[in-house]
This record gives sequence, structure tokens and C-alpha cells, in this order.
Amino acid sequence: MSADPHYTLYHPRWYRRRVSVWWWLQNRAYARFVLRELTSVFVAFFAVVYLWQLRALTQGPEAYGQFLARLRTPLFLVLDTMAFVFVLFHTITWFNLTPKAIVLRLRGKRVPDWAIVGLNYAAWLVLSGAVALVLLRA
Amino acid sequence: MPSTVALTVARYRPEQESEPTWETYEIPFRKDWVVLDALNHVKDRLDGSLSFRWSCRMGVCGSCGMKVNGTPKLTCATFLSDYLPGPIRVEPLDYFPVVRDLVVDITDFVRKLKQVKPWIIRKEEKPLDEGEYLQTPDQLDAYKQFSMCINCMLCYSACPIYGLEPGFIGPAAIALAQRYNMDSRDEGAAERLSILSEHDGIWQCTFVGECTKVCPKHVDPAGAIQQYKLAGATHWVKSLLLPWGTR
Repeated sequence: MSADPHYTLYHPRWYRRRVSVWWWLQNRAYARFVLRELTSVFVAFFAVVYLWQLRALTQGPEAYGQFLARLRTPLFLVLDTMAFVFVLFHTITWFNLTPKAIVLRLRGKRVPDWAIVGLNYAAWLVLSGAVALVLLRA
Repeated sequence: MPSTVALTVARYRPEQESEPTWETYEIPFRKDWVVLDALNHVKDRLDGSLSFRWSCRMGVCGSCGMKVNGTPKLTCATFLSDYLPGPIRVEPLDYFPVVRDLVVDITDFVRKLKQVKPWIIRKEEKPLDEGEYLQTPDQLDAYKQFSMCINCMLCYSACPIYGLEPGFIGPAAIALAQRYNMDSRDEGAAERLSILSEHDGIWQCTFVGECTKVCPKHVDPAGAIQQYKLAGATHWVKSLLLPWGTR
């Protein structure tokens, strides 16, 4: 028998593994998850830029012109491109996950996942089309 | 086809060591052997002191869950041939305290499971002479998937949230709560919601989705939790708009 003072015979001495702060690098799925969570920062960035745009709009044509000029600077071009890519990733990953949360039943049968994902993409297309129409007309 | 394969097993003998070590055994490779067969070979022929849990050998009892090459698996359904040429690394499930070698303490899970009241709750039981509670195949279909859970806890081991927030009720317990909520005979949804909408309930889940991937029974706990969130949020909005309607 061991003379280890910390161990009492027949009494469990558990080993608890600590979770590393780098747990999200352990496998690809965790890394993708953290990336998806991080996209929300860029969604927030987009929202802030929109608010800024609205503010410029209420302050008159000169302020709006200044706002547009600011957006054309390389810094904002790079930031906007990054934000666009991340928001796209955000949208696509969340659309693909919607069937997990939304379970629809039609005549007792579960509506297939592709139909629910498809409806999201269809709504996206229609709304984008409507926005494009308004912008092109103007 | 190799004649042997190396099995690297995590050992933790609290009377000897303060943290787990690795031990490698060379075992005969057989095409029809699963990791559990290999562990039993070690126990029978090479080292009788190796401790692990198992019972049915057919993916029903949920006892033999371990991490194989880093992924939570039922070792009775994990073939050696899928891990050639080896070595195959076997370790206890993550986030549960290790009692010895591959055996973890599951008290926390059992306590949480009980918390969500995984049984049929009736406001009033029907008298016996009225017969059984009938259910249509569609009504059965609504919850059947969630009822396939065998409490193997692979989903807990795959869930980083459970690792980071040990209070989290966790995937299997929530899926089983949903199993009873969706049962047409049950009337306990409100009771369970009051437990699951608390801090350590459904809102801890950030939808990593790995619980669903590792589930050997295709229960889809991640789906159950998201559906629960949607139901919880809808209930909350309704109670806000129609305070008299949700009672």
C-alpha cells in the first residue's frame, strides 16, 4: 500500500482536468464556432455605420457628402470588405442552422430541413431584390 | 492488415499518482474488434488493474463512453479498423472528475437529469378504469427522437460550455426534458420551463452543436435546446402581450 498521505483507502480522490483557455483550438468545429460568434462584432460594426449614416443624413447634404467621402478612404474600404465577408459568414451559418430551432409540421409530417433553409434564402433574395429595385430606381 | 495495434490508455491510480499518465499496450488487431474488446483484452490478458465501465456491448446501456483519439465515442461501437495504423488513444470523458483510469464520476449528470423531471407529469391522473392514455403515431413521432437518449454523456464531454460553466444543465438533460414536453400525455411543460429558463438552463447554450455530432443515437440535443429557446421566448412574448392568456 502506498504511504501517500493524501489518499485514503477506498475514498475517491478525483482528478479534475482544467479547461485550457485555448480549448477552441482543439478541433476545427470549435474554431468555426468561435469564428461564428466573433462575426457578431462585425454585425455590430455594420449597425454602427448605418446609425452614423442616418445621423449624417439628418444633418443635411454637406454632412452626408462628408460621410460618403469618409467611407471611400482605404481604412473604411478594408474594414467594410472584412465586415461584409464576416456578415456573409454569419448569415449563411445561421440560415443553415435554422432547421434545428424551427420544426414545422404539415399534415403530421415534419417539413424537411432544406425547405426551411430554402425559405430563409428565398426571403433574403426577395428582400435584397426589393432593396436593389429601390436603389436602382433612385 | 497489421497483426497488432498500439492502444494508448490514460491511467490514473490515485494511490500512486496525482495526475493521469499514459500507458501503451500492444494488442492483437482483429477486424471485428471494437475499442471495448481491446480494453477487455488488456484487462484479461495484459493488465488486470485497468478500470473502465461497460455493460451491454451493443450501444444500449450507455456505460462505455470514452474519448477515442480525442472524440467522445461509445467504445462498443468504435471499430479498431477505423483507426489504423494507430496508436489509438483512449481517455476518460472530458469535464467529469476522473475516479480511476477511464472511470468518471457521473453524479453531476444524474442530479441534473433528475432536476428536469424526466417523467410524465399529469395535473390529474385519469382513473384506471378509463384505460390507458392513447397516442397517435404522429404524436409519438413528435418526441420519439429525443426518447432515444441512453444517458451515455458523450454530449457533455463534447460541450465546451459544460466544461467552462459546470452549472449548465447540459445537452442530454434538456433533450430529455423536451422529450416529455412534447409528449401528448404530459402536462408538466410549465414546471420544466421554470427550471430550464433559469441561468443554468437553456440560455447557457451558445449552440456549438458538437453534442448533436457525437450523439450515437441521433437524439440531436442541440436541436432540442434551440427549439426550447424558441418555445421559451414565444411563451415570454405571449405572457407580455396577453398576460391572462398563458395561465
